[in-house]
Amino acid sequence: MTTWSFFADHRAEILAATLDHLALVVIAMIIAILIGVPLGMFIVQRPALRTIALGIASIFQTIPSLALFGFLIPIPYIGGIGKRTATVALVLYALLPILRNTYVGLTGIDPAVLEAAEAMGMTRTQILFRVRFPLALAVILAGIRTATIITIGVATIAAAIGAGGLGTFIFRGVALVSDALILAGAIPAALLALLADVLLGLLERRLKVY
Amino acid sequence: MNMKTQLSPKKMIEFRGVSFHINDILARAIVSGISLEIPQGETLVLLGRSGSGKTTLLKLMNGMLLPTKGEIFVQDRSTTAWDPIRLRRGIGYVIQDAGLFPHFTVAENIGLVPSLKSWEASRTAARVDEMLQLVGLAPREFSHRRPRELSGGQRQRVGVARALAADPPILLMDEPFGALDPVTRTELQREFSALARRLGKTIVFVTHDLREALLLASRIVLLEAGHIVASATPQDFLRLEHPEVRAFTASLAVNPGAPA
Repeated sequence: MTTWSFFADHRAEILAATLDHLALVVIAMIIAILIGVPLGMFIVQRPALRTIALGIASIFQTIPSLALFGFLIPIPYIGGIGKRTATVALVLYALLPILRNTYVGLTGIDPAVLEAAEAMGMTRTQILFRVRFPLALAVILAGIRTATIITIGVATIAAAIGAGGLGTFIFRGVALVSDALILAGAIPAALLALLADVLLGLLERRLKVY
Repeated sequence: MNMKTQLSPKKMIEFRGVSFHINDILARAIVSGISLEIPQGETLVLLGRSGSGKTTLLKLMNGMLLPTKGEIFVQDRSTTAWDPIRLRRGIGYVIQDAGLFPHFTVAENIGLVPSLKSWEASRTAARVDEMLQLVGLAPREFSHRRPRELSGGQRQRVGVARALAADPPILLMDEPFGALDPVTRTELQREFSALARRLGKTIVFVTHDLREALLLASRIVLLEAGHIVASATPQDFLRLEHPEVRAFTASLAVNPGAPA
């Protein structure tokens, strides 16, 4: 059986697994953005929290992914086998690039611009939403792009704890020593990552209008 | 434009025994013992070397810094009693790099303070065109550009237009022409000098360039290491005997053939 004929025979399953994978990534990314971006905006105003928040986020990023899944399984409510645990782990992974880029983007703005904004009588909230945030958007999006690519990769490992997705093919292929099966998981996962990179890269360039 | 200036000139800004210290262990004084009255309509030039405290005085006037000792009164109210946001919206501010918002068009930059003050869109738009004409930029050509599509001189013109947009009675300028090439700088200095006379605003202008001070000032105040060491009209200033004044006038003489 060639790899191609395997792909042709199982295209429905491969497509379903790809969509499953994508759903896992999208949900995790939405949650990570909803946490990471506001948290990043918050720690700009509270420098004392900065070290703590960035420190915790980088600890999660440092833990090997399979180990992180392992740590989460025994925890009640969020743990166990399945999609929920996987989503939590993916969110924790995606958090650091988003949080860090939000912080860096918001603080890396030309001091002359911020001085002018303050001197013109903008409130701190107005400066945050009308000056800092729009100017940081391209950098924040770069963080989201990095996080998305990491998440697509880590999500293949999530199959090990029963989260489904393209990793299912890979693990099964390894067990059965089937190249075709491995590639049925690996190729779509690689394409997803490349596609996400290109699309988010285009969006990032479009946002940098100045 | 502004005919209120016909009455006897009242104090717009007054420093009473002001010191400002950086809040660290050494509590270094940046400026100290400053007493100064700035009447309405005056173009006061704060002259001094780098680090003499000029910018600090400027930032004390719009409440971006608050004095460690003494008080600054702006329109008869202490800067500590003003709501800082309201205070600043009544004071135009121009800095060296213009500090234009790179993600805004020229029109949006100029219309910012009016929009913060919730002017109607049509009134803001008319005002933006008026301001662009005032600083010598054709509205049709420039209002939709972004700051990066402007030359240094044009950016600085937009900076001035933005500071004047909400018609503030006071204008603070921190070396606004300092980063420009000499030709553009002279051009803008001349135009601004004429503009300042026409507008009748109270202007405080920071520079380390005596030539610029002589051209623009109705009065020059010289700062040295955080203290006021001289205060005089441009004509009298050149005759003062203070060593720091002599140091500045000597800087004029190094250009051979330049009229002093």
